[in-house]
Amino acid sequence: MSWQTVIGLEIHVQLSTNSKLFSGGSTGFGAEPNTHVDLIDMGLPGVLPVANREAFYKAIRFGLATNAEINQTSSFDRKNYFYPDLPKGYQITQMAMPIVGKGAIKIDVEGNEKIINITRAHLEEDAGKSIHDLFDGETGVDLNRAGTPLLEIVSEPEISNAKEAVAYFKAVRQLVTFLDICDGNMAQGSMRCDVNVSIKKDDVKELGTRAEIKNINSFKFIERAINYEIERQIRIIESGEAVVQETRLYDSVKNETRSMRSKEEANDYRYFPCPDLLPVVISDKEFNEIKDNLPELPDEKEKRYMSEANLEEAEAKIISSSKTMANMFEDACSKTDDSKLVANWLVGDVSALLNKDNIDIEESKLSSNNFATLIERISDKTISGKIAKSVLEEVWESGHNVDNIIKDKGLVQIQDESVLEEIAQKIINNNPSQVEAYKGGKDKLFGFFVGQVMKETQGKANPKSVNDILKNLLDS
Amino acid sequence: MSIRYKTIKDLSSMIQKRDISHLELVKETFSLIESSSDLNAFITLNKDPAIENAISLDNERNESVLSGIPIAQKDLFCTKDLRTTCGSNMLSNFIPPYSATVITNLERAGCISIGKTNMDEFAMGSSNETSFYGNVINPWGKNLVPGGSSGGSASAVSSGIVPAATGTDTGGSIRQPASLCGITGLKPTYGRISRWGMIAFASSLDQAGPMARTAEDCAILLNEMCSHDLKDTTSLNEPIPDFTEDLDKPIKGMKIGIVKEFDLSKLDSDVVQVFEDSKKHYESLGAEFVEISLPNISLSVPTYYVVAPAECSSNLSRFDGVKFGTRCDDPKNLEDLYIRTRSEGFGDEVKRRILIGSYVLSAGFYDAYYKKAQQVRRLIKNDFDGAFSKVDVIMSPTTRGTAFEAGSKGSDPIQMYLEDLFTIPANLAGLPALSLPNGFVNKKPIGLQLIGNFLEESKMLQFAHNFQKTSDFHLKTPHGEDIS
Repeated sequence: MSWQTVIGLEIHVQLSTNSKLFSGGSTGFGAEPNTHVDLIDMGLPGVLPVANREAFYKAIRFGLATNAEINQTSSFDRKNYFYPDLPKGYQITQMAMPIVGKGAIKIDVEGNEKIINITRAHLEEDAGKSIHDLFDGETGVDLNRAGTPLLEIVSEPEISNAKEAVAYFKAVRQLVTFLDICDGNMAQGSMRCDVNVSIKKDDVKELGTRAEIKNINSFKFIERAINYEIERQIRIIESGEAVVQETRLYDSVKNETRSMRSKEEANDYRYFPCPDLLPVVISDKEFNEIKDNLPELPDEKEKRYMSEANLEEAEAKIISSSKTMANMFEDACSKTDDSKLVANWLVGDVSALLNKDNIDIEESKLSSNNFATLIERISDKTISGKIAKSVLEEVWESGHNVDNIIKDKGLVQIQDESVLEEIAQKIINNNPSQVEAYKGGKDKLFGFFVGQVMKETQGKANPKSVNDILKNLLDS
Repeated sequence: MSIRYKTIKDLSSMIQKRDISHLELVKETFSLIESSSDLNAFITLNKDPAIENAISLDNERNESVLSGIPIAQKDLFCTKDLRTTCGSNMLSNFIPPYSATVITNLERAGCISIGKTNMDEFAMGSSNETSFYGNVINPWGKNLVPGGSSGGSASAVSSGIVPAATGTDTGGSIRQPASLCGITGLKPTYGRISRWGMIAFASSLDQAGPMARTAEDCAILLNEMCSHDLKDTTSLNEPIPDFTEDLDKPIKGMKIGIVKEFDLSKLDSDVVQVFEDSKKHYESLGAEFVEISLPNISLSVPTYYVVAPAECSSNLSRFDGVKFGTRCDDPKNLEDLYIRTRSEGFGDEVKRRILIGSYVLSAGFYDAYYKKAQQVRRLIKNDFDGAFSKVDVIMSPTTRGTAFEAGSKGSDPIQMYLEDLFTIPANLAGLPALSLPNGFVNKKPIGLQLIGNFLEESKMLQFAHNFQKTSDFHLKTPHGEDIS
């Protein structure tokens, strides 16, 4: 019998509301410590929370997109524990009545589709940050993040390996960005996850004892942490010992997981209904409004790109895989009638550059605006396709404005046919022997003349015009 | 002209007739506080701002009935720039950057916050003996407790220093000291008065209310204290009537419920006699008595002592020495910071309730205690709903007896908890209730409790005012003067 891995993920998605879950404090990232903190976020004596409905609306969008049960009445509970960056000594979360119940999401693992069921998704407030390395012998607390709304998405333990876990995380990220409920920015901690891993023999029904690896925030680390943990657990069991239920931390530098606290040391969170907050009821009117205005999802986009823009399935899939890419496609299509041209550039040159640099489109310097301008300049024949490639490469490196690059480098395509005709005639006049050979039947020499014209014009001539003019002059 | 023992109505008319200026009134109040300092009713005074406030009111006179009326604020309400201790060492250095909604409402109506009154630590106590700032003396007897937790407020009103004070009532903390000090105190329907800025003890039970010499003054204050506050989601979005409107309407033909399950035979016969006299008094005013049954009422005290400590154990977690309040000296590490800060910052009663609360919420016990208590609470509420289909108000003694001597119940918390036997049910059910003076036993005052139906403060006040118009218990003073 071989080992089977069982994985469940708890993903914390930071909802992109303007203000916090229970206060008017700003959720902006990167401000000076403790400047985005109001009385409620500090947990001052006497303050009371008021639930931010916008967070509920965003959570409901996620529920609708995962075909989940939506609880139009949901409530808050207190999870009690002491930590310096938890100002009230409890976190307000949804334990008994979460806003989103059972749902499911489709994942794609190297071309194979699998459905992962979602147990629930609930709202809760984030804690602040403890800063251990800034003050000698003391810990600083920054409460800017305290009270930021999180949607915690809990999967069923149905994930079988590290690759599936990453695919699941990516699918959730794709969805929340398309739904416009989270910016998906992993570096800023907008998405983090806890991974529960256990192993068991194929023929055993019950799940093995699990370890929970806390707070991982990159695809790479999820994969590595899981693989390390699987090997660790197999090693323990095969040496005749038992896996201990515990919380572990992943150390990305050493690529290992380390014990944080055992089950015995675990907090008793003493959950109970938060008496400061009445259950939140979402009216049918609010619910229907959210439903009717749900943004277009990746699957829907893919189908639409195929039917409306005549893209191949493979192209449509790549373009609809990320919101940024889809936005670029749609923005650029508004500047040209040739959607095929746009798709070719995205799937071809742009994707090639992404692969070369091994980055996501969100990380590139190519803005949607700049890409649309590039397509527009190709379409209106300002620049040739060949010149466009070099412009794209330059934008890729510098992020500079496409029109500025074209202007500064004098790359504008020569449109005036009389100018091209003059150049072509000059080439013909200067190469009498080649003209003679061509006329004698050496058709291949036509390319020579085209090349000479292009060289003379530094590539700025429209190849089609050059062809037409040369044919006209040589064949007459 | 003396201001001592004057009601809000008296003082208001003196001000409007210019018999006294706002400034004179405030200065006179501070001199009364000074001469009565042995009561230990105040923790912090608000002298300079109060005087400035009075001067500006003298300059821009208005006709608000509360203009310039000095009010003592229980030290549980956050007051901007004025120390707020909640009776605890934990907050001995806490100066709030904001004011509670109820404070803002009263000050906007013209009231002058004169100072912060002593109280049981974090409102946990029935004798004011758990205060870090020392016992409060009941003006009716040097060795007597004023009751609690709003003991400082009750003592200040009872001694005639101020016409009125704010209190809070989680299990009887307005009504019990009102009874023991011979004044009138009212706890409104849960949600009538915003809890924003009230330092939480047990959030689902806490409710602020007025303490004054008369029901009429309580009604006047209530008019301003109530508001629908968007900062408190448990604040009620219900019309707020003029609570003085029905005061003078007769109660002839109206029905008073007497709770079958309240066994008065265990009380002193003198106490029972006072209660029976009040029944006769109401009969003479034309009220009818109906026996009602509240079958689950005997479970009130145990239910309360599960729910309230549970909520308190969580509400008091924020006092950890990290952000505000007391911090222990020279903590060795995080755990040491928590343990010593909370050991030094909290008194015994607070610690006892945090322990009980943590226990009843812990894994494996939650269903047996907290969940069960919430179920019983619903049953008690249902009992009241049934009763109020038959009667207009429910009447009982407020307390089991008169003020007791300091130290006499200290060693047995259960005896102290039973002090709240008659008052706790209204908190559990969220109903309005008040206590008004209805007699004396051994020259010590005692109170009568009226419990009203949901949002029916006006009717309750009507019953109380009708009683006070035809009796003089509320006019007696500890020093023998009659203030009528």
